[in-house]
Amino acid sequence: MIGVIDYGAGNLRSVKKALDFLGVKNRVIDDPAQLSGIEKMLLPGVGAFQASVEQLQKKSLFDPVKVWLQEDRPFLGICLGMQVLFQDGEENPGITALGIVDGSVPRFQHERVPQIGWNKVFFTRETPLANGLGKDAYFYFLHGFYVAPKDPAVVVGETEYGIRYPSMIARGNMTAVQFHPEKSGENGLTLLKNWVAI
Amino acid sequence: MITTRLIPCLDVDDGRVVKGIKFKGIRDAGDPVDLAKRYNTQNADELVFLDIGASYKSRETMLNVVEAVSREVFIPLTVGGGIRTVVDMRNALMAGADKVAICSAALANPEVLSEGAYQFGAQCVVLSIDAKREGENWYAFTHGGRKNSGREVVEWAKEAAKLGAGEILLNSIDRDGTKAGFDIELLNAVGQAVNIPVIASGGAGTLPQILEAVNAGNADAVLLASLLHYGEFTVQEIKTYLEKNGVKMRW
Repeated sequence: MIGVIDYGAGNLRSVKKALDFLGVKNRVIDDPAQLSGIEKMLLPGVGAFQASVEQLQKKSLFDPVKVWLQEDRPFLGICLGMQVLFQDGEENPGITALGIVDGSVPRFQHERVPQIGWNKVFFTRETPLANGLGKDAYFYFLHGFYVAPKDPAVVVGETEYGIRYPSMIARGNMTAVQFHPEKSGENGLTLLKNWVAI
Repeated sequence: MITTRLIPCLDVDDGRVVKGIKFKGIRDAGDPVDLAKRYNTQNADELVFLDIGASYKSRETMLNVVEAVSREVFIPLTVGGGIRTVVDMRNALMAGADKVAICSAALANPEVLSEGAYQFGAQCVVLSIDAKREGENWYAFTHGGRKNSGREVVEWAKEAAKLGAGEILLNSIDRDGTKAGFDIELLNAVGQAVNIPVIASGGAGTLPQILEAVNAGNADAVLLASLLHYGEFTVQEIKTYLEKNGVKMRW
């Protein structure tokens, strides 16, 4: 059973619909009590950094999500669900996010912001999530900030948008992507299926 | 490198896709769910649904349409038409939209852009501008292109971007449905004034005109309606043409 964390983010339903479409058992979690029996956790994205952290706290989900990650249980973060893994974002200075990965969340400086559209992910390290996708694949991006982890070893995929930046990271059982697999057509469904199958 | 997006636009009135010429003379173009699936298969990069029926019932029907599409089509969906408040935005997002387009309501109450950006993130707030040329300038029109708001388009685009709009859907009323080509001057005027993506809309009739919107107009995306709905071109045909002419496309 996959738990999809609901913190009021816009596209939560899209992730659920994609999992439903793939025939994967999933449950929307908006209360810590609903976490029992969950094997994998998915933290979806889209939204504002500060509003998301506040919502997680308000729903008493901030600590359970943090503990889940500290225990290295299976996790997939999408877009903002990737960014909140870091300490704080430039979008809202002073807001303390999960702090599971060391690094920062700067804003793009070189191109139109936000980046909106289909861009390539170059897989820089082997990952089971990329099975069947080749060396690179197109995914849909929708973001103005990106992650800059201190440890380059966590980077699994990179994308070019004015600069080359990490669009996919992994460490232990935790994976996070900057793009939206639930909005990336066949490629996205393949990646989600791969994550479910691990 | 990011690719240029081709976005079919479905004008929906009470659950049916329609497309008018200069916002008048509406013809029926089909079932929105069927069309959405067809365009997805053709490799459309996103879909935009605009509710042009003003009634409450039409809006409810629209949310059902989005809900149905989002169960089967896994590319980004934008919903517009009749979005006035943050609550309307949330309802559209909850139904399955990834972005919401706001037009008249933002002119009446610009704060709705910043409220939306705060709640849902700037990337899902699309400012839709219906632009019409009067003398030297373009003005933002409301009410389906009938009423001049008095706001000069370039200034309005700048203010909206500052308030939190993440993208601008720039529709030329002068060109809409005419097949005379995009308003390249308008695209450049707005595109140079803001640092957020601009979607070109209104006037597509031929493949070279679409290429012109991208190359000469610097559009980040192109919105297409009647050209696709009546089967003159498929999305693939347009993408193949653009790619042959050096525009990066996603397949």
